[in-house]
Amino acid sequence: MMSTALIAIPVLGALLIAIAPLSSYWLGSLAALISLVEVGVWITAAARFDFSSSALQLDQRASWFSDLQVSWHVGQYRFSLWFVGMTVVVMAACTIYGWWVGRDRARAYFALMLLLTGAIVGVFTAQDLLLFYAFFEAMLIPLYILIGVWGGSDRMKATITLVVYTVVGSLLMLAAIIVFGLQQGTFDMTRMGTSSSQWLFLGFVVAFAIKSPLFPLHGWLPVTYRESPPEVSAVLSGIVGKAGLYGLLRIAIPFFPQPVHDWRVVILVLASISLVYGSLLAFRAPDFRGVVMYSSLAQAGLIVLGLFAGNTLGFDGAVLQIVNHALVSSLLFLIAGMVERRTGTRGEFSLLGGMARGRPALATVIMVVGVISLAVPLSTTFAGEFLILAGVFQQGWLWAVIGAAAMVLAAMYMLRAISAVLHQDVGSAVSEDALDLRVGELAIVVPLVVCLIGLSAWPNLISSRASSLAPTGFTQYAP
Amino acid sequence: MIVKPHVDWFALAPSLALLAASGLLLMVAVFVPRRGRKPTAAFLAFAGFIASGIWAAFLDDRSPNATALVHDAMWRDRWSALAQVILAGAGAVAVLLSYGERMRDEHVAEYYALLTAAGAGMAFFMQAGNLMTLFLGLEWFSIALYVLTAIDIDLVGSLEAGLKYLIVGAVGSATLLFGSALVYGVTGELSFDRIAASGHGHDAMLVVGLAMIIVGLGFKASAAPFHMWTPDAYQGAPTPVTAFMASATKIAALVVTYRVLVTTFPHDQDLWRAAIAVIAIVSLAWGNIAALVQRNVKRILAYSSVSHAGFMLIAVAAASPLGARALLYYLIPYAAMSLGAFGVVAARERELRRPVTLQNLAGFGWERPFLGVAMWVFVLGMLGFPLTGGFIGKFYVFAAAYDHGYWWLIVAGVIATMISAYYYLGIVRAMYFRDAAELQLAPAGGSPPFDPLLIAGVSIALVVTVGSFFAVQPLIDVARSAATSLPF
Repeated sequence: MMSTALIAIPVLGALLIAIAPLSSYWLGSLAALISLVEVGVWITAAARFDFSSSALQLDQRASWFSDLQVSWHVGQYRFSLWFVGMTVVVMAACTIYGWWVGRDRARAYFALMLLLTGAIVGVFTAQDLLLFYAFFEAMLIPLYILIGVWGGSDRMKATITLVVYTVVGSLLMLAAIIVFGLQQGTFDMTRMGTSSSQWLFLGFVVAFAIKSPLFPLHGWLPVTYRESPPEVSAVLSGIVGKAGLYGLLRIAIPFFPQPVHDWRVVILVLASISLVYGSLLAFRAPDFRGVVMYSSLAQAGLIVLGLFAGNTLGFDGAVLQIVNHALVSSLLFLIAGMVERRTGTRGEFSLLGGMARGRPALATVIMVVGVISLAVPLSTTFAGEFLILAGVFQQGWLWAVIGAAAMVLAAMYMLRAISAVLHQDVGSAVSEDALDLRVGELAIVVPLVVCLIGLSAWPNLISSRASSLAPTGFTQYAP
Repeated sequence: MIVKPHVDWFALAPSLALLAASGLLLMVAVFVPRRGRKPTAAFLAFAGFIASGIWAAFLDDRSPNATALVHDAMWRDRWSALAQVILAGAGAVAVLLSYGERMRDEHVAEYYALLTAAGAGMAFFMQAGNLMTLFLGLEWFSIALYVLTAIDIDLVGSLEAGLKYLIVGAVGSATLLFGSALVYGVTGELSFDRIAASGHGHDAMLVVGLAMIIVGLGFKASAAPFHMWTPDAYQGAPTPVTAFMASATKIAALVVTYRVLVTTFPHDQDLWRAAIAVIAIVSLAWGNIAALVQRNVKRILAYSSVSHAGFMLIAVAAASPLGARALLYYLIPYAAMSLGAFGVVAARERELRRPVTLQNLAGFGWERPFLGVAMWVFVLGMLGFPLTGGFIGKFYVFAAAYDHGYWWLIVAGVIATMISAYYYLGIVRAMYFRDAAELQLAPAGGSPPFDPLLIAGVSIALVVTVGSFFAVQPLIDVARSAATSLPF
């Protein structure tokens, strides 16, 4: 029931906003309120959650059409609870950011943001393959409009690229879902058995690799992340990309043990390439958003290393790191937006610099988030990456070496970005008019930072409570 | 002495109701003064479609077993009754869309008379039980549609479209007739089940006849490569007529194709399955690729209807109860989406007074929020996105193909859908991502015409498009019982 509510609240909220006779400002307030109510509902759900059980909880099942055994089946496992949690928190922050900057065409904007929230929560809670696909596709509709209407000058190219990549991926997945579901005689993921078909496995993996994104299917990433409004980039990189990783860990890995085994090395190689190549690109990127977006390519690679490590260590680390990265990367994109807005630039490092002087709040926030994102010891990202490396070490020391090397690269690109924005000479675009973070912006950023610091103090909250993929599958990877 | 066959008038009621409405409308054209003619005519046509739909629903309820009527000339079964219900709904919505169309006063009543006559012909066609009634029904609704296409003599291209449709359509009808003659020549039988029972399967002449019948029906379903008339006729016809053609003709042609193939040619099933599968692939490829380069929205939707014929033919090729369910289900959101999309195009056309291209859709989504969102839903539905019945329809069609082992049809369908994303989303892009200012297009002057009936028609289409996504089970249940009347 609770999971259904988590999907229904934002969707009904979107409908309400679409018809409510309010001014732009009040529409924004209403949307912010709804997104906070959603967070509240999630907290209630987490409070009711029995973490000692690995079973599906907060679930609801109703037949949708019976001749093909398709049902409305939603619910959450221990790990999916955290996926939903990061979604509602980040979406609330991004919705409020949209309100703060006063997006025009507010009615459409906020309705779409809430619709997007509902769709993403649906992806993370659906326990029926067709329902999962429906939500997975439904994410694309609001994203398409959000980028196409409120995006930058090259937004047409961005939307077309995004759609071409994701539609190709998801239709391959649709074909795989139909074949897999009809073979199994049901589309209910909790009742499905495993399959050894390479083709089906690849159909799923390609779709999820595009969404994540993973090398070499990341071609949509640069133009989309640069042209989107910053809060939409935050959602894309923080949450939507995680839908691909979620698909790997909920569908591709448990249902296809044999193909996972056969393709493990290939996928680990691709993940390592994403990790190293993404880090190098981030180091070379000429703008703030470039660093953040290529770092999310690198992080996706790292997380896939953990997922395909084939043991609980790697799996726990991956789940923890997914939540970490959702918070970190959405924070960084929001901050990039704030910096761009202040300086009237698109975040080019050549025009920025010296922003720390006289802007203590901005400097502190960037510093804290940057340091957490480069996985400094004692941070939650360190815990996540450490678990992943420890897990993947069991597959071969080489993977762990690549991962460790990439952590060094992460320090290089992140410190470069921090110093290019905050330190060095004052950039030509940085004038006295570029104010420090306002109270409203701090109200968006600080809760996310607090979440990160809280997780740093207690990463076990997620990592020790993640590994369950009952009833199918994951136990076979336990050492 | 002539033996008069027993006639089950109730079974013919859906067709007769529309025929009666058509007759009355011709009276209206003569006797009702010019001022009251338009509302009277529209009301009568609407009432005719509704009455036909209600009768068809009763017929569906009262005909659990298929029975032959009038010496096997007609069928009384759930397959045709359910199709007639969908047809009547499409016709009623088409009337709503038509009301605001500018047309000469002296043509108004005739317009609705032809619309109802076409509906009556289609309802008759769906019940056809032998080759004679098949051809009769086909010609009946086709002739009405030829005239409807050309009815707006003030519209550039309408007459040309009508002529093209007439010539190409006549070729299609002639092919069907020739094929029927060959089949009759081989078997000496006219009615579908007696042809099947005559045991002349695999006879060369029968197979040639079968091929020609498929071609003739393919013309009406506008399946490639028999679709040449479609873009021109759809573009040139008055938009509400296009909406009616795109939905109702497709329903009639596909439902009848399925029935004719399954009941008449069970012995040659392998042959026609393969042929239909090939036609489906050609339609998918041609429709989608040709749509990519179109700028006129009506032409885009015309090619999209060709590709949808391809999708629905996949269900026909499966030739199984699941395929029959898939086809009937698919027709419901498909009819709603086409009616709705052409309805929105009609609204834009009326406010600009010129053909709607992608260019001059700019800003439409912001100026007319409801119609914009509706169009958005319709094209996403055609693309097969979730939250619309189009998604479930495609899913069922693919499931039917897989069930029969035609996995390559799934591949073709998936590739076609990928291609179609470009032009469907192009419509959304045109409506939302550009401002009207960019368009530099002077509106026709005054505020845009407010047309409550068009809004009502589009709303009904919207409700059906979205509703069929949620109410899959009840729709599938009626489709399942309808499919039992075909001999599988």
